[in-house]
Amino acid sequence: MARARLRERGSTNKGTKMAENSKGVQRPLSPHLQIYRWHIPMLTSILTRVTGNALIVSTFLVVWWLIAAATGEAYFDLANGILTSWIGDIVMTLSLLGVWYHFLAGLRHLYYDAGKGMDIPTAEKLGWACLIGSVVLTVLTIIVI
Amino acid sequence: MRYLTARKRAEGKGAAHTGTEHHWSMQVSAVGLALIVPTFLYIFGKALGSDYATVTETFSHPIPAIVTALVLVFGLKHFNRGFEMMAQDYLRGSQLKAAIMFMTAFTYGLAATGLFALAKLAL
Repeated sequence: MARARLRERGSTNKGTKMAENSKGVQRPLSPHLQIYRWHIPMLTSILTRVTGNALIVSTFLVVWWLIAAATGEAYFDLANGILTSWIGDIVMTLSLLGVWYHFLAGLRHLYYDAGKGMDIPTAEKLGWACLIGSVVLTVLTIIVI
Repeated sequence: MRYLTARKRAEGKGAAHTGTEHHWSMQVSAVGLALIVPTFLYIFGKALGSDYATVTETFSHPIPAIVTALVLVFGLKHFNRGFEMMAQDYLRGSQLKAAIMFMTAFTYGLAATGLFALAKLAL
């Protein structure tokens, strides 16, 4: 009995040592996408990060367009032409959707930070509100501009 | 006898090695951006696809120029700090530091470029 326990402890020590030797202890990094079942609060939280970070591409394009306008007519026509081509239209429409989504999800984040809306039914409703709301606001913006 | 207080010993031990300053700066910039982004979308959306004369005319007015400058500067600041948060989740050690340094340089550069363009258009 005691010997078995000793052997167990021995093997555990060995295991720890091996893990330490091979480039430190390998711990899983967040957010463990492969483990959790997908649900609305999770999907909408991930989309907040995706849209926020993807918007750097849109910002880059907007700054390029501004610099083109500041440079001269010929360069402006080139940049403006690319941003209003069919591929430019797709990118700018997706950017608009991304902005509105991130906008609504950000407001939801502030609401959560105030300690409100954290129960599951409310959180799911808020998630749907962000998803549907961003599409509605995108369509409205396209109509207005 | 311990001379350090419990608070002092706990400081800097979180995943980001800081307190709530980061979160607070995100909240402040989020509220600020929420107020000006809709106006910016309207200004930029109207200007995009217009001819050269209309665009240079638009950004020579104070409100379009100021709103666009604010969205660029604070949007990129908000982006940079948000990116930092993502980097802290997926990267460690030197890679994390390098990613934050690179993105800080990139976003500052982009903001400065945008401001230069706006200044040239407005003045």
